[in-house]
Amino acid sequence: MRALQILVDGFAISTLYALGAIGFSLIFGVSGVLNLAHGGIMVAAAVAAWYIAGPLGAGQYVGALLGVGVGVVFAFATYGLVVRPIQRSRAIPDDETEIFVLTATLLWGIMIQEAIAYFFTDSPITVRPLINGVVDIFGVRTPANEILTAAICWVSIGLLWLLVNRTRAGKTLLAASINPRALTLLGFELSSVYLLVWAIYGVLAAIAGVLLAMFLGTSSNNIGVLTASAFSIVVLGGLGSVSGSLIAAYIIGYLETVTAYLISPTLRTIPSLLLLVLVVYLRPQGLFGRR
Amino acid sequence: MKKTATARLGLGQGRAALLGALGASALLLSPPAARAADPIRIGVIAENSAISGIAITNGAMIAADEINAAGGINGRKVEIVDYDDHNSATDAVRAFQRAVNQDHVVAVIGSYMSEVALALEPWAARLHTPYITPGAASNEITRHVKEDYAHNKYTFHGYLTSTAIADANCDFTHDFLVEKLGMKTTVMLSEDAAWTKPLDEESQRCLPKAGLSVLDSVRVSPDTTDFTPIFNKIEGQHPDVITTGISHVGVQPTVQWHSEQVPVPMSGISSQATSTSFWRDTNGATEGVIAQVVATPDVAITAKTIPYAAAYLKRFGVTPAYTGYTTDDDVHIIAEAVGRAGADDADKIVAEMEKTDYVGTIGRIAFYGQDSEFPHGLKYGADFVSGLMIQWQDGKQVTVWPARVANGALKFPGFIKLPTQHASAQ
Repeated sequence: MRALQILVDGFAISTLYALGAIGFSLIFGVSGVLNLAHGGIMVAAAVAAWYIAGPLGAGQYVGALLGVGVGVVFAFATYGLVVRPIQRSRAIPDDETEIFVLTATLLWGIMIQEAIAYFFTDSPITVRPLINGVVDIFGVRTPANEILTAAICWVSIGLLWLLVNRTRAGKTLLAASINPRALTLLGFELSSVYLLVWAIYGVLAAIAGVLLAMFLGTSSNNIGVLTASAFSIVVLGGLGSVSGSLIAAYIIGYLETVTAYLISPTLRTIPSLLLLVLVVYLRPQGLFGRR
Repeated sequence: MKKTATARLGLGQGRAALLGALGASALLLSPPAARAADPIRIGVIAENSAISGIAITNGAMIAADEINAAGGINGRKVEIVDYDDHNSATDAVRAFQRAVNQDHVVAVIGSYMSEVALALEPWAARLHTPYITPGAASNEITRHVKEDYAHNKYTFHGYLTSTAIADANCDFTHDFLVEKLGMKTTVMLSEDAAWTKPLDEESQRCLPKAGLSVLDSVRVSPDTTDFTPIFNKIEGQHPDVITTGISHVGVQPTVQWHSEQVPVPMSGISSQATSTSFWRDTNGATEGVIAQVVATPDVAITAKTIPYAAAYLKRFGVTPAYTGYTTDDDVHIIAEAVGRAGADDADKIVAEMEKTDYVGTIGRIAFYGQDSEFPHGLKYGADFVSGLMIQWQDGKQVTVWPARVANGALKFPGFIKLPTQHASAQ
């Protein structure tokens, strides 16, 4: 019974982690950017969904949709206002671009956090679920919204797979992640590839942010933790490896759930952090890393 | 929002910085000696983004306007100078220093957080400024006054101590949950914070006396996000009720209790559930939750309760959280003490505040004396402040206890299994 409970609960949370981390991994794979404002984008989307659905009274569907829209806007803003100017700057030496991007996105994340706390709230909030009620899965009472959440995540991941493997734009994206230089030599414009990857990233991160806030609630104070969790998953799975991130998300999600159920909810994140330290020490390229 | 006789200051915040600077420079120009025309300036420190925090600021404004509309105290207007502490003890201490040294307040009302109130207490002593907390509960606050009265006498506890809160909950538990519903067991669920330590100690003692055996006491970190494993564990112990001690952990336990349809009722202390905005904040998940409050908008604990709540609702669009009621009373208590003292002298004001016998929105308010167990703590009891128990039903807070003011009976959502239902199911 408890095992089944862990299986169900862990699946939902792992799937959300996966969705949040895949976009993060994709951006790194294609453009070499580690976006430390990741949690900020997720929470911005969630707070927008909460505010539009609740205080503005537009209902949960409109709220969730517009919330995802706001997340995409924030993703583009991150690229257009923070990342791109640094990448194009002549004042910054090429070999220092990455560290500048890292610092700038970290600061941008803090700005988003402070802005949300100032204009809205830093108290924990919960986004209204899309559907109510519970479903009995072999004796485990599972909120119907949790099942819907897992389904939306997997549909999104499936669509991403189709996009990457079955469309021309997706194949260009894949090529860019393998060898961007060759792609430019073939006459492709890298900047349009970047725009596409940031759009995909924005949609994935925003959906994950909104759904996570329905499930566990959110708060501007969670921004750092959310970034760290995506970062851990991506490092564990191997930087730039999308399938690695997917598997790592399930490893971390289940490790956390097992800890919360069998040891103590307060120690939830400790074993996965220990695992991360171990992986970095023994296999620095991550479980499925290429580089 | 109408603001009369108030100035709004915020530490390090753009919106308020200009106003703050203007206000501060204006204050620097004014002479320090109290004259009939000088306002009685009271500092209010609270977290503006929290339900229980903003009610402090709002409550103070209503009280000040009410006093001023009636001509003030000895011809002096009451002026509220408010500061946002962002729920940070550091910000609160900075605000306290600024209130005293720069804005020359005669007294400070501040914070519903025990941790923050305990950080302000030594500053009230150092700066010789009367300070009252309208919402913190920790027994430590009055213990400091008891241990070093001469030094800490400037601090007053304007809300029930954790011990009194636990006692009130036990009284309700006995009268209703045990006597009427036949409950026999409970699991305590409290957030790990300063205010819940004495609360849990007293509950461990008084719940068995009330007729409930305590199967377990679960303490959770205030930043817990997923309560599924916690509810799962509690449900496995088959208690008849979950006795809560939650405040800062926010809406999440209530939301998950509802969304996962945990079949055990939640009853006890849930500070955020005291505000009507909690229904909206939890999207209605609070249906069936029983919580202790000091007052509700529609129960005439005194003649002042209903008109005050109505004025608050009219002005701010929500009914006050518990701190809204206590702060209104605290502003009156301070203002009247200043009036009786006849001067802005801290020691005289403290002496007058100790003599308080004021009928406020939450009952008759008096403080325990120097030789009691809780000096400067709010007197608890049927003749003073005893609190109420409300249950959320269809978006409204229905008062269920004590019987003399109750306006409804207990009613639980469909997923809740009561002891009689347990018995028939077995």
